[in-house]
Amino acid sequence: MAEPALELRDLNKAYGALTVTDHVSLALPDGEFHAIIGPNGAGKTTLIHQISGVVPSDTGSVWLGGHDVTGLSLPDRVHRGLVRSFQITSILPGFSALENVALAVQAREGSSFRFFGRARDEARLNDQAMQALEEVGLGKRAGIRAGLLSHGEKRQLEIAIALAARPRVLLLDEPLAGTGPEESAVLIALMQRLRGRMTILLIEHDMEAVFALAERVSVLVYGRIIASGPPAAVRDDPEVRTAYLGEEGG
Amino acid sequence: MIMLPENGPGFLKREAVPVLLFVLLALVPFVAALGAESYLLSLVTRVMIFAIAALSLDLILGYGALVSFGHAAFLGLGGYAVGILSAHGQTDALVQLPVALAVSALFALITGALSLRTKGVYFIMITLAFGQMAFFLAVSLAAYGGDDGMTLPGRSKLFGFDLLKSDRAFYYAVLLALLGAYGLCRSIVVSRFGRVIRGARENPQRMAAIGFPLFRYQLVGYVIAGTLCGLAGFLLANQAEFVSPAYMTWQRSGELIVMVVLGGLGTLHGAIIGAAAFLLLEEWLSGFTEHWKMIFGPFLVLVVLFARGGLMGAIRRIGGGGGHG
Repeated sequence: MAEPALELRDLNKAYGALTVTDHVSLALPDGEFHAIIGPNGAGKTTLIHQISGVVPSDTGSVWLGGHDVTGLSLPDRVHRGLVRSFQITSILPGFSALENVALAVQAREGSSFRFFGRARDEARLNDQAMQALEEVGLGKRAGIRAGLLSHGEKRQLEIAIALAARPRVLLLDEPLAGTGPEESAVLIALMQRLRGRMTILLIEHDMEAVFALAERVSVLVYGRIIASGPPAAVRDDPEVRTAYLGEEGG
Repeated sequence: MIMLPENGPGFLKREAVPVLLFVLLALVPFVAALGAESYLLSLVTRVMIFAIAALSLDLILGYGALVSFGHAAFLGLGGYAVGILSAHGQTDALVQLPVALAVSALFALITGALSLRTKGVYFIMITLAFGQMAFFLAVSLAAYGGDDGMTLPGRSKLFGFDLLKSDRAFYYAVLLALLGAYGLCRSIVVSRFGRVIRGARENPQRMAAIGFPLFRYQLVGYVIAGTLCGLAGFLLANQAEFVSPAYMTWQRSGELIVMVVLGGLGTLHGAIIGAAAFLLLEEWLSGFTEHWKMIFGPFLVLVVLFARGGLMGAIRRIGGGGGHG
């Protein structure tokens, strides 16, 4: 495959005088597990917002499998296979876990301009949703209202929702945020299983997880990518050490 | 969440409220025949017409969290379609009704396309503004009575016959319309489309990230609600045999919201109960004093404070031990 699965070409974003994304270019070959790390306020979440279409870029473009998707909205990008999760848990709390995922299946296939027939009973939607739930280890919790799931389970549910959309490129915005050690372990194992099955761009604070999972790591500081490469190389990069890893107390 | 499996032994228990409601409504004409027939029939007919309007509002307000403060405009549009066509000698419902619905749908499409670009309090304000626009348009229609409104030559004909002339026949026609509207809304809220609308109420950002361009779903929902309310307007004009700008005052829009909230947001039969409670209380209390709103206001405050989920919430707590969330 010649075209990268996801390519960022010279993305920029400024809020007034504050430059949040500064000439970011990045190419992810098909199937790569890529992580972006950076200190707080480095602009990681803004970058994910730009890639997914939540926030428009000032200049630059986003390419998905060789197609320019810069002008597309968030839902349109999802239909092209660019799917994201959120740093702050974002689910439909009043719906069952199964229905949360079934909606993602519904969005992907067939029309939602159907006014008759009980959506909740559509086996075709529910079967695929169940598959995704089992994949993330929530099969037994399908009937529970999503709002009643534990924090870690909600994070798993978010990944199940994303998987049900059949992403070509999956953007994970700090999936481990706020999780305890046991919950983290479950999620890391889950990401491990997803490795290679799709292109993944992970934003994460947990260094251990990043270096265990990612094939390549990029370091974002003040909106600029200061280093990009295999985990070992990035870890030893002196600029990275001073800019970032040093203050973690390595 | 309310579980509604297709059929089963629990059907009557589960659907007790709507079944009881419609049985009672079907029996009203028989009771009315024993006493003040025309008064009772016209009162309950009015209740059912407003129930249709409240139902249509509940569809977007209760299920979609879209607080439309201009919903009465559709009552007026439906009513004026009857009035204006009648004034030109077109008195058959087969023409009037489709026109009433089409005008309402078109108005909903245009105003919805603009309103739905805003959120929250701005959405409330812009729908209010469109409602006022419709109101002042009606006031300015000097040829059709302007401020004073216009009296209709009579009820709409059906196939050229006066089938709706008797109060009882009209009553059942309205009951049928209410049943149809209720069935349609029930179907919509559990359908694929309804699930998208309900999802948007819960978390619009999540819905967009799942891949739903919400604007077009909400717009279609808005058009359905507006069209349904246009049906209520058509019926209201026929019931009163009179249309005036008063149909679409902003106070009327507010009353529709009160009916939905009073009955219980997002329950559909709650909207019917809310409309009934509102109009019957109005009728009853205004018998004591012209300042009936002095009593109604505090009552509404109490319902909102203490009966979470409106009257339907209270019924559910009493009947089902508060089982459903």
